[in-house]
Amino acid sequence: MSDLKLRKTAFSLEEIFHEGGPVPDQSQKRAAGIAVIENPFAGRYEPDIQWFMEDLKPLGLTMAQRLVDMLGGAAHVQGYGKGALIGAAGELEHGALWHAPGGYAMRQLLSNSNAIVPSTKKVAGVGGRLDVPITHINASYVRSHFDAMEVGLNDAPKANEMALVLVMTTGARIHDRAGGLAAKDIVGEDGLR
Amino acid sequence: MSAKIRKIAVNVEETHLEIGKEISPATRKAVAVAVIENPFAGSYQEDLTVLMDIGAELGTLLGKKCVDALGITPDQAESYGKSAMVGENGELEHAAAILHPKLGAPLRTEVEKGAALVPSSKKMGSPGQVLDVPLGHKDAAYVRSHFDGIEVRLNDAPRQNEIVVAVAVTDSGRPLPRVGGLTHSDAVGKDGLR
Repeated sequence: MSDLKLRKTAFSLEEIFHEGGPVPDQSQKRAAGIAVIENPFAGRYEPDIQWFMEDLKPLGLTMAQRLVDMLGGAAHVQGYGKGALIGAAGELEHGALWHAPGGYAMRQLLSNSNAIVPSTKKVAGVGGRLDVPITHINASYVRSHFDAMEVGLNDAPKANEMALVLVMTTGARIHDRAGGLAAKDIVGEDGLR
Repeated sequence: MSAKIRKIAVNVEETHLEIGKEISPATRKAVAVAVIENPFAGSYQEDLTVLMDIGAELGTLLGKKCVDALGITPDQAESYGKSAMVGENGELEHAAAILHPKLGAPLRTEVEKGAALVPSSKKMGSPGQVLDVPLGHKDAAYVRSHFDGIEVRLNDAPRQNEIVVAVAVTDSGRPLPRVGGLTHSDAVGKDGLR
């Protein structure tokens, strides 16, 4: 991981059995990983930042693999999303460096992942929370898989840090019944339907 | 299982750097949480046996989730803690009934031994509220390097009729302990204190 300075990681696994309705045969699992790293561009305007994406690639793969393992293997993963919290001495643009290494790391491990990985980012203080959007990995319009997961750590991101996030889920919302494109009807060519 | 569980969440934190110093091996903490229906929400119940029995079930379930998440054997666990947050239609005593009479013994089975008191906290709360779970050494409460805590929160729990129950287990103390006191290696671990 070259010059990457990793301070801590946190991985969360949620297993949802019901939300007040009938308990389905299959629970839904959602996994999130956060890596808190030093922001090499904190405290100044740096015009040339793209080189850092190379440094982030191995981190992205390590995090994605751990999420896949937590959910029982790539075959179980149906939804994904990503995000970044940038500490106060950084810039929103620094979080955008996570798009390619974070997204392609997940897509590399998941077959039939034609859909764009939904994302969000913001500048935040220590304890900041991020609602990470989630969509179906192969067709963005699958309505049952529109979801989100809240993540955050009480001690991050410090001003000179970034907290980089990946999330994966094993299926639809637990009581999905809002219609729209169903996962079974996916064409799977354009990443949308 | 008599507990009606809506969801379970397990978090593992690893600290690799603290104030610029490398922590090797990384310190690791796990917290496992169950969101359960409060069978006594909305009315006063004198007999809380049902909640005590739920506590026993959750001591096993959540203790095992933590040990599994850390990828350790039970004897490698070093500290633990427990907490509960009751939704607004419940009563603080409901949290006490889950935590204190029966949760500890099965938790101790999951972490092997556990001579020390399991430190605890409880409160009433709402969805998204933070629960700070205290941590103490599992065999010798005076081990100063292992006094710690871990924060947990779920954006959607506890709803009014729910209880959030948390168990935390670590395989290490704080990242850079240097305030003295009894150490892990000097602990006898028989009386639960030293």
